[in-house]
Amino acid sequence: MRVNVKVNGVSYERDVEPRTLLAYFLRESCGLTGTHVGCDTSSCGCCVVVVDGDRAVKSCTLFAVQADGHEVLTVEGLAEGGKLHPLQQGFWDQHGLQCGYCTPGMLLTSYALLKHNPDPSETEIREGLAGNLCRCTGYQNIVKAVEQAARSKREEQP
Amino acid sequence: MSAELKHEGSLGVAMKRKEDPRFLQGKGRYVDDISLPNMLYMALVRSPYPHAEITSIDISEAMKVPGVKAVITGKDLDAAGLGWLPTFHGLDKQMVLAVGKVLFQYQEVAAVFGENRGAAADGAEAVQVEYKPLPVVADPFMAKADKVILRPDRERKTNHIYHWEVGDRDRTARALASSPKRIKQRIWFQRCHPAPLEPCGCVAQFDTMGRLQFFVTSQAPHVYRTALAIVTGIPEDKIHVISPDIGGGFGNKVPVYPGYVCAIVGALKLARPVKWIETRTENLTSTGFARDYHMDVEIGATEEGRVTALHVATTADHGAFDAAADPTKYPAGMFGVVTGSYDFPVAHAEVDAYFTNKAPGGIAYRCSFRVTEASFAIERAMDILADELHMSGADLRRKNFIRKEQFPYPSPLGFTYDSGDYHKTLDTALEKIGYNDLLKEQAAKRARGELMGIGISTFTEVVGAGPSKHFDILGIKMFDSAEIRIHPTGAGIVRTGTKSQGQGHETTWAQIVAEELGLDPQNIMVEEGDTDTAPYGLGTYASRSTPVAGAAIAMAARRVREKARKVAAHLLEVGESDVEWKEYKFQVRGVPAKSVSMKEVAFAAYTNMAQNEPGLEATYYYDPPNMTFPNGTYVAVVDIDRETGESKVRKFLAVDDCGTIINPLIVEGQIHGGLTEGFAMAFMQEIQYDSEGNHLNTNFTDYLVPTSLETPHWETAKTVTPSPHHPIGAKGVGESPNVGSPAAFVNAVMDALSPLGVRHLDMPLTRDKVWRAIRDAEAGKKQS
Repeated sequence: MRVNVKVNGVSYERDVEPRTLLAYFLRESCGLTGTHVGCDTSSCGCCVVVVDGDRAVKSCTLFAVQADGHEVLTVEGLAEGGKLHPLQQGFWDQHGLQCGYCTPGMLLTSYALLKHNPDPSETEIREGLAGNLCRCTGYQNIVKAVEQAARSKREEQP
Repeated sequence: MSAELKHEGSLGVAMKRKEDPRFLQGKGRYVDDISLPNMLYMALVRSPYPHAEITSIDISEAMKVPGVKAVITGKDLDAAGLGWLPTFHGLDKQMVLAVGKVLFQYQEVAAVFGENRGAAADGAEAVQVEYKPLPVVADPFMAKADKVILRPDRERKTNHIYHWEVGDRDRTARALASSPKRIKQRIWFQRCHPAPLEPCGCVAQFDTMGRLQFFVTSQAPHVYRTALAIVTGIPEDKIHVISPDIGGGFGNKVPVYPGYVCAIVGALKLARPVKWIETRTENLTSTGFARDYHMDVEIGATEEGRVTALHVATTADHGAFDAAADPTKYPAGMFGVVTGSYDFPVAHAEVDAYFTNKAPGGIAYRCSFRVTEASFAIERAMDILADELHMSGADLRRKNFIRKEQFPYPSPLGFTYDSGDYHKTLDTALEKIGYNDLLKEQAAKRARGELMGIGISTFTEVVGAGPSKHFDILGIKMFDSAEIRIHPTGAGIVRTGTKSQGQGHETTWAQIVAEELGLDPQNIMVEEGDTDTAPYGLGTYASRSTPVAGAAIAMAARRVREKARKVAAHLLEVGESDVEWKEYKFQVRGVPAKSVSMKEVAFAAYTNMAQNEPGLEATYYYDPPNMTFPNGTYVAVVDIDRETGESKVRKFLAVDDCGTIINPLIVEGQIHGGLTEGFAMAFMQEIQYDSEGNHLNTNFTDYLVPTSLETPHWETAKTVTPSPHHPIGAKGVGESPNVGSPAAFVNAVMDALSPLGVRHLDMPLTRDKVWRAIRDAEAGKKQS
């Protein structure tokens, strides 16, 4: 089937098998391997992307054909003009990553979280990230990273 | 050296990680990110039965599936002499694809190669295998009876794999018999799985010259190269192993798995690259599990609480093949560290391992080979002894600690502990957490019938395998290596035989070089994992990177410095003996104003070296003189809901002594992560099989990884007792929190339940297990 998905502002028009998951469409048809796959049951959240601006979606729960005509943001689209997104900067400053495998999903879930709640409490961040597993960090520094990003985004606003 | 002399990135500086920008931008290169032109995908057919005879395999339907290129079975491999592969510690071998019979559920039976993921998976579905079920040996106690012999391929017709023991059996028995106080407890450390978020996988291809290029999620790429040469007969120079970025390892990515051999065979047979990435279910059901030790622990003591003897007898479940990756001479790993932090006059430990119809493994899951099991056993048992003596666990520990003046301390089970100050670490922890106030709070709560517990664990690890006189894997001594090249402009590259899987080597290795050579760590590139370029090393597991490769880096840097000193003497126009290395530069002895930086010397080494050999590089293979012994005190505070059995970890403090700290940011991150995995084992994780050998939790909906919601808040602190034999005094830290914390959690829960008379529960302490214990205890009280 022919689909056209706008990923990080670029249109990708591709032929896919109907059973192709969005995660594999991004990785194998678009060559955007920053989106990872860590389980078979939509439990781990490594594959989270943002659809249509503010919806965090596990891209292994969506078929590529369901994303036809939609806009997808992946980790490759976060930095702008060579400048890290405040979330990326927060994860770096706060040591919010180790092996890096869960990181793209964590970043995009946090991105959607901050769209809906620019000033989340620690509890709200922990609730917001509960669908993303991390085996390395124990989450504490990830929470701090999201707090830092929220702070710096608020400071950016006039 | 004063603090202000520290330059950016030298030892002890919390430098941000150099590897992060690529991971943060989706530019990491994990094995599944590698795509080669014309690449095929492989899928495996796995057994639905835990023990069954294979009566037939029919691949004809599979070959009709569009896109399927080939199917290989055990018979094909057997014919090529590849039916079995040796396990790493050399005491057993493992079937690559089953021939004759299967020995565990999800065992590899056939490999299918297709044009894409879907074709390979469809082909695997279409392979028809007929089985005749056989009686199942579901646990090691059943295995002992030898009614069903699982491995008739072995010379000895028994399920018993080995008996291992250390210490003095007779003296220990006598000391126990004459001790006025004794406790005995069966403690089971349940079967767990490391479950890194990235599953295992590989891409194999042969180039036009017949050379194998093998990308693989390996914690030990050089050992893989040698093992592949031995298994396949391909000359070792024709094998190039590349371990790209790894999404977590935790010991799971040390063994060579059957899928890897199949992918290589497929690539050879079909003359096309082959990718195999396992699914989460395949990861949990067939790759290296950990623990599964049933430990009978016995301690003797005086009335006053001085320990007199320790005996531990363990029954180990190793699954269908003995695929533990322990050093050759240590089938039960470093279990001999079971005397822990305590000065036992005598001890004896023994382990008997058995085959069962379960997945093979027994790997070192974030642990230096069975140290986690040993540490849990002694730390639980010390609390049980404290209860018996009506003493606090803290007082009993304090009374029996190895004192700091006793180091180097020869343990009764054969180790020489390098350094520590256990009293200081315990005191630091108790003061920092407000132990006395917690005791008062607990007394008040107990009076109201509330369940609050304080758990202490004062563990000692043994890591950094290891000295060549004792340690080898497949005969290869467990040294590690570093090669440093300093470029003309003072930048450089360091390569080691280890392989980071999130530990941050690209940063910490650069910091060691920066400290030793006074160069900018931002311009010291670190490269690992490529066997064509990295010097030979045994890899990253068992907390050995910093103790062994970290030492090799420091020693290689000192060799570079010695070579640089000759060039510096030339530049300073003095004799070499008049040049001293001080404050990160070379200066004329006694004339600080006359100095040259390493950067200047590096340039001269290529441009103005006089009579000296050009260039500035060195290699060092480090054979550690001893292991290192990181230690710590962990304190957990737990509240239990009497109605639901839910345990809430309200407070947790980890005081770690890992010797010299290279990067405090990374050390703290390692501790947070290890504590979270310890928490998972204590409260959530168990690989379960039913009595028929069926694997019950085959994915993340059943095998639980803690989320941000359950994970407690971690507090950390430190004491620093440098290792006297390590060049920079470092001991390693990545595994301490995983080793030391389970006992702190369980001791806290048992402390909370002690007013009810509950003495011990095995992990995981799930809500329902704790609730049942409370209910049974209350029912028992009513009856009596």
